[in-house]
Amino acid sequence: MNASLSSTPLDAWHRAAGAKMVPFAGYEMPIEYSSIVAEHKACRTAAAVFDVSHMGRLKFEGDGSEDLLDHLLTRRVTDMPLGRVRYGLICDESGGVLDDVLVSNLETPSQKRFHLLVVNASNRQKIIDWITPRMSDFPTVTMTDRTELTAMIAVQGPRAMDVCKRLFKFDPTRLKYYHATITDQFRKPVIISRTGYTGEDGFELIVRAEEAKRVWENVLLTGRDEGFAAAGLGARDTLRLEAAMPLYGHELDETIDPISAGLSFACDMDECSFIGSDAIAKIKSTGPSKVRIGLLLGGKRPARDGCPVLTMAGEPAGVVTSGGPSITLGHPIAMAYVDAKHASLSSFQIDIRGKLVEAAQTPLPFYKRASK
Amino acid sequence: MSRDPSKLLYAETHEWADLVTDADQSVATIGISAFAIEQLNDLVFMDLPPIGKVLTAGEEFGEVESVKAVSPLYSPVSGEVVEVHSELPESLDKLNDDPYDFGWIIKVKLSGNDGREKLMDQSTYEKQCAEAG
Repeated sequence: MNASLSSTPLDAWHRAAGAKMVPFAGYEMPIEYSSIVAEHKACRTAAAVFDVSHMGRLKFEGDGSEDLLDHLLTRRVTDMPLGRVRYGLICDESGGVLDDVLVSNLETPSQKRFHLLVVNASNRQKIIDWITPRMSDFPTVTMTDRTELTAMIAVQGPRAMDVCKRLFKFDPTRLKYYHATITDQFRKPVIISRTGYTGEDGFELIVRAEEAKRVWENVLLTGRDEGFAAAGLGARDTLRLEAAMPLYGHELDETIDPISAGLSFACDMDECSFIGSDAIAKIKSTGPSKVRIGLLLGGKRPARDGCPVLTMAGEPAGVVTSGGPSITLGHPIAMAYVDAKHASLSSFQIDIRGKLVEAAQTPLPFYKRASK
Repeated sequence: MSRDPSKLLYAETHEWADLVTDADQSVATIGISAFAIEQLNDLVFMDLPPIGKVLTAGEEFGEVESVKAVSPLYSPVSGEVVEVHSELPESLDKLNDDPYDFGWIIKVKLSGNDGREKLMDQSTYEKQCAEAG
């Protein structure tokens, strides 16, 4: 145990299950229980259950919450109906991405409306420090950091919804994709959201910290005969890479704008009134200088974050931001940023520690679940 | 033939060496320990050196890659690569079950100051692993 690291409410469960624990964004987190490959496959075929309690959870209450968030996020928040979830970015004035977030419009059982912002663990303090001084224009709004008081559990996979439909008072299969509600389990409140980070259908739960173990074990028990498996951050990363979902610190950081990242869909430019909107509008009109692309590699040697990408003629073209074996496809895949002038090339070379490997550009995502 | 892990020599970097001396030459068979394979887990790629490559003890001779990370392989001894286990990169899943027999990686013909004095016996190596693990 490292005293400077936080642990999630499920820490003891992970250790008892034999998980390998690693430091991640200030938390000790399970990277795998027995095998990343097995956990990855469980998610693609049945469901995987992830402790994602390290993610930051910020609650906004009071008149004007939606106006504050509208100002901070690249997405419109003021027109979100109750129960809606949106993916958006928080940018600085130059359009650099400070974080990618989910915002939900929710109501407590006593009918108090609030917005919930789920932020990356590694950015939680930075985002709190970014928002705090900007709240002075919204004096009726309060922001509460709920991260330590709650746990967050993701249940992801083709069997997740069906198998868990009877676990809560509210049947989660009634939720549309990117919708959320507050229900309860054993009369304790549960936020349930049809969202995820794996490319599969499924849901994410936010429960009180003291309820975490009961909910976690309940989900695993319910799915035991269906092939559900607890999964760690290792599988979470291989799954999100196949789904081509950006990871902050890799595909996103303060030097990258949403247009280069291929996240135009997450920028509501109509009114251009959020922080960074002018800069992003400009990049949108002139075109980004670099572009996020997908690459399929020949052979078995995976490219990793930081590997240079070259044209077939050997000219420097960009850099890999995430790479690894695709467990579902059976060969290595990578996401990279390349200069806009090279973005339409069909083939590249990747310099993997001095060895050049050929890679074909492929549309993102690498993996898309079968539609029902 | 079954190799006895208690008779092997181990490097700090988790490679094992099986030293066999015939009338005219000494050859080390080299692999990676069960402990290292367990730590790496889910292997996806292995890169082997060409036959004839001359290695110095402690020099990188290849790499092994798991789903999440790359690890260099270091030669525990000095000498020339005389054989490589070319089937191994296609059968990495078997390495888990059989690290000491099927799991041999290269054979090195020892030369000069071959570096064996820096290697540990199994009990010393296991102590190192227990401290790390």
